[in-house]
Amino acid sequence: MSDKTKSRDFHQARWNEPIIFDLSTPGERGILLPEMEPEIETSAGDALGELPGDLKRSSPPGLPEMAQMRVLKHYLRLSQENLGADLNVDIGQGTCTMKYSPKINEQFAASPQLSGLHPVQDENTVQGVLEIMYQLEQFLKAISGMDRFSLQPGGGSHAILAIVSMIRAWVDDRGLSDTKDEIITTIFSHPSNCAVARAKGFKVINIYPDPKTGRPDLEAFKEAVSERTAALLITNPEDTGIYNENIKELTDLVHAHGGLCSYDQANANGILGITRAVNANFDFCFFNIHKTFSSPHGCGGPGCGVVGVKEHLIPYLPVPLTSFDEANNRYYLDYDVPKTIGKIKDYYGVIPAMIRAYAWIRSLGAEGLLEAARVAVLNNNYILNRIRAMKGAEVPYAEGEHRIEQVRYSFQLLKEETGCGFDEVQRRICDFMCHLWSSHEPFVVPEPFTIEPTESYSKQEIDEYLAALEKIIEEACATPDVLKTAPHNSPIHHVAEHEYLDDPKLWAVTWRMYKNRFEGYFEPKKEQ
Amino acid sequence: MARKFIHPYIPNSVPEVQQEMLQEIGVKDIDEFYECVPDEQKVQGKLDLPDPLLSEAALKRHVEGILARNQPAGNMINFLGGGCWDHHVPAVCDEIASRSEFLTAYAGEPYEDHGRFQALFEYASMMAELLDVEVVNIPTYDGSQAAATALSMACRITGRLEVLVAASTAPDRLSVIKSYLYPDIKVNLFDYDPDTGLADLDDLSARLSDQTAAVYFENPAFLGYLETRGQEISALAHERDALSVVWTDPASLGVLNPPRAYGADLTCGEIQPLGIHMFMGGGRAGFIGAPDDERYIKEYPSRLFGIAPTTHREWGFGDVAWERTSFASRETSKEFVGTASALWGIIAGVYLALMGPEGMRELGENCIKRTRYALNKMAGLPGVKAPAIGTHFFKEFVVNFDGCGKTVVHINAELLRRGIMGGQDLSQVYPGMGQSALYSLTEKRSREDIDCLVNELEKILSS
Repeated sequence: MSDKTKSRDFHQARWNEPIIFDLSTPGERGILLPEMEPEIETSAGDALGELPGDLKRSSPPGLPEMAQMRVLKHYLRLSQENLGADLNVDIGQGTCTMKYSPKINEQFAASPQLSGLHPVQDENTVQGVLEIMYQLEQFLKAISGMDRFSLQPGGGSHAILAIVSMIRAWVDDRGLSDTKDEIITTIFSHPSNCAVARAKGFKVINIYPDPKTGRPDLEAFKEAVSERTAALLITNPEDTGIYNENIKELTDLVHAHGGLCSYDQANANGILGITRAVNANFDFCFFNIHKTFSSPHGCGGPGCGVVGVKEHLIPYLPVPLTSFDEANNRYYLDYDVPKTIGKIKDYYGVIPAMIRAYAWIRSLGAEGLLEAARVAVLNNNYILNRIRAMKGAEVPYAEGEHRIEQVRYSFQLLKEETGCGFDEVQRRICDFMCHLWSSHEPFVVPEPFTIEPTESYSKQEIDEYLAALEKIIEEACATPDVLKTAPHNSPIHHVAEHEYLDDPKLWAVTWRMYKNRFEGYFEPKKEQ
Repeated sequence: MARKFIHPYIPNSVPEVQQEMLQEIGVKDIDEFYECVPDEQKVQGKLDLPDPLLSEAALKRHVEGILARNQPAGNMINFLGGGCWDHHVPAVCDEIASRSEFLTAYAGEPYEDHGRFQALFEYASMMAELLDVEVVNIPTYDGSQAAATALSMACRITGRLEVLVAASTAPDRLSVIKSYLYPDIKVNLFDYDPDTGLADLDDLSARLSDQTAAVYFENPAFLGYLETRGQEISALAHERDALSVVWTDPASLGVLNPPRAYGADLTCGEIQPLGIHMFMGGGRAGFIGAPDDERYIKEYPSRLFGIAPTTHREWGFGDVAWERTSFASRETSKEFVGTASALWGIIAGVYLALMGPEGMRELGENCIKRTRYALNKMAGLPGVKAPAIGTHFFKEFVVNFDGCGKTVVHINAELLRRGIMGGQDLSQVYPGMGQSALYSLTEKRSREDIDCLVNELEKILSS
């Protein structure tokens, strides 16, 4: 370990910040509203008093009363108790493509030229933002090879909803509702694929991986495909980072049975400029703008999931699209989509994310996008090579092969040897200013963890992260209690009693609910 | 070897570093990692994208050049609303929204991301006070999604597959609801009175059946008026063991009764008015409020953050009833969940904390009185009918210009030339209402603004 990568003496802020209601002082004000002009008072009269009885609020809402700086301080303290990607080495949040969100793009997103736009103001007054939406679509078409994009969905799962809604409409439109009622996906594809398929009335078939190669089991797949197959929803590479070279064989097979194929490209970061959805003959694809295209994740949104389709599916896209009228040199919102599934979101989607993606692509160009992918893959294989050598860590599937942008590892051996598995490592790694995520469920890989480094982190930072992991593994062997009682340097300690989250009698998802059930510190109320 | 360009966003582009890493892996070239991709699937040549704007200065100049072509309503005297409102956004909201710690975090654990768990628990808690409910979710994509999911929840709670939706529902929201609930849930509409805007209770009664899972209406309605028969609508729904689901504007609840007071079982809506800029409709997040009842809680697809003890007597948090979610249960879950709008939940929490009960009351009073003032003034214009529908209003009302012989398109174009964004043109979506526009008044619209609008309208209408 070089001096540069030595674990630092880190301690996260611990403010022990009260729940906001306990900061309230009656009479304090956080902000004042405009005073009513006398002419308005006179003209409006007792407008409030004239409201019918059951429309008027009888008692004020029980909100906290706080001076402005107290509100600011409370939230700044809470922010310090949150480890954003700008501060940590956020490579342990696999499948989420935690890359740098450039600050210049935040300036664009926050510009009053954007934030002050109303969605239904005259199109002539929003030509700038429409141009960005239109051009972003052209870039996405180039990156994927698809023919048209909807920018409307508010995240990856929402993009899946748009796609499966289009599949539903396409199937029904052809009078095949009773015969094409199955959707095939893989257990390593995002859970929203199967959840949305089910919500849209399809039966779901999950394909498991071949235990040796890690690719979706080809024989199981061939058996699953039939005339009942409405669509295939699949990721490639899957969460394992293994590229499935047979992908076109799968899409060809589904097409031969009259089905459609959707490419979940939530994690496209490793293949930008390398391969495209169109090259494997997909009918749909989607990208997560808040992952591959650098828009920040915002603690879980707002995100943006953009959906691409081939020509024959354009008539089903949600409205509106953004089009360009060459004759009048004018961008416009285009509602002329004959078989549209309608709207899936208010207005036109998450505009600030679109601006950021536009700026990110413009900053990098084709060469930069390719370099981002190549470096993300280099970083990933560098980590893979190091973790392979770590005691207690395993790399399931595809032994000896390189991976694309991420890898799903296992701490099963560590668990067996030391009693400390993923859970304990996860809690301990916060003490090293890092985060580690497990896997989507079910845990096909036991004691899983998933690392996706992206292109944003330097070798030095990656080494620091790996040094932390090595140190934790050493501790698991020598002083396992350090892991079992972790975290030690976080804003709070172990939430050990899970019944407060699992037992309906102990649930409290709001302060009001807590106060109805408990007093003091989780002491059940006497009257209960 | 010519030194390649090293992008500031990609540290390991430095050739020496790449070489060192490749050497350690035992690979000669990055291309080797891509040998798994068959040639026929590979991109031939470069992607067809414009040349990069490598310097930050060039990028700034380019993007700001495009944005300069926008003329934001926020910089004008703006009367557009209809679901996206021009309320004041407190500076503290912007400050917190731009904090790296919140902005760039994602899915950390309740330890290193304690801050977002507490902030979102507090958001839900303050919303619960405003809505007078016990349960509020981590935000959905937007208010329309909240409405669609609330109806879907109502179907699961009642075991029925039909919902009755007010025909007065915002047209775009109705489109989202229909699209989302298709194909399993049938959406039927019940009528409203074209003069008062109020629900047609006879029509509602006739359409209610033992198949009805929920009756849905909006208050304030899209066309600005208040529904005064909430209690009766809810009672009719309850008579058939259906749920009452009400969409509301949270900005109104400092002065207006929360829907639970008139019988709502589920309350839903949009938090954009609570400290979130308009962003051309791109800053949205939805809420669903419910009572403390396991039957309701178990049907939420969204995440719910619960409070829990730690080993050191701190406030800890975690996901309540995780098994509901598609993260845990894939295709057997309640609908689905993914990245939605968490940051806006935090910001709405900041907003509610700043406003407090008195701020929310003053906000409501501002909206109602400024609306009344504008209504009184506009009603005095020759040929103008204001209000064109409804009796009581919160912050919006419909104005009809049929008596003036001018189209809304013409009027709004003339207003725009004078730096005023006129009300939303309804003539395409509601052809039966003639040349009508929906005018919205927030606390930002001063007497001067309103007088200016009325003066300019007077000139435009008489020319």
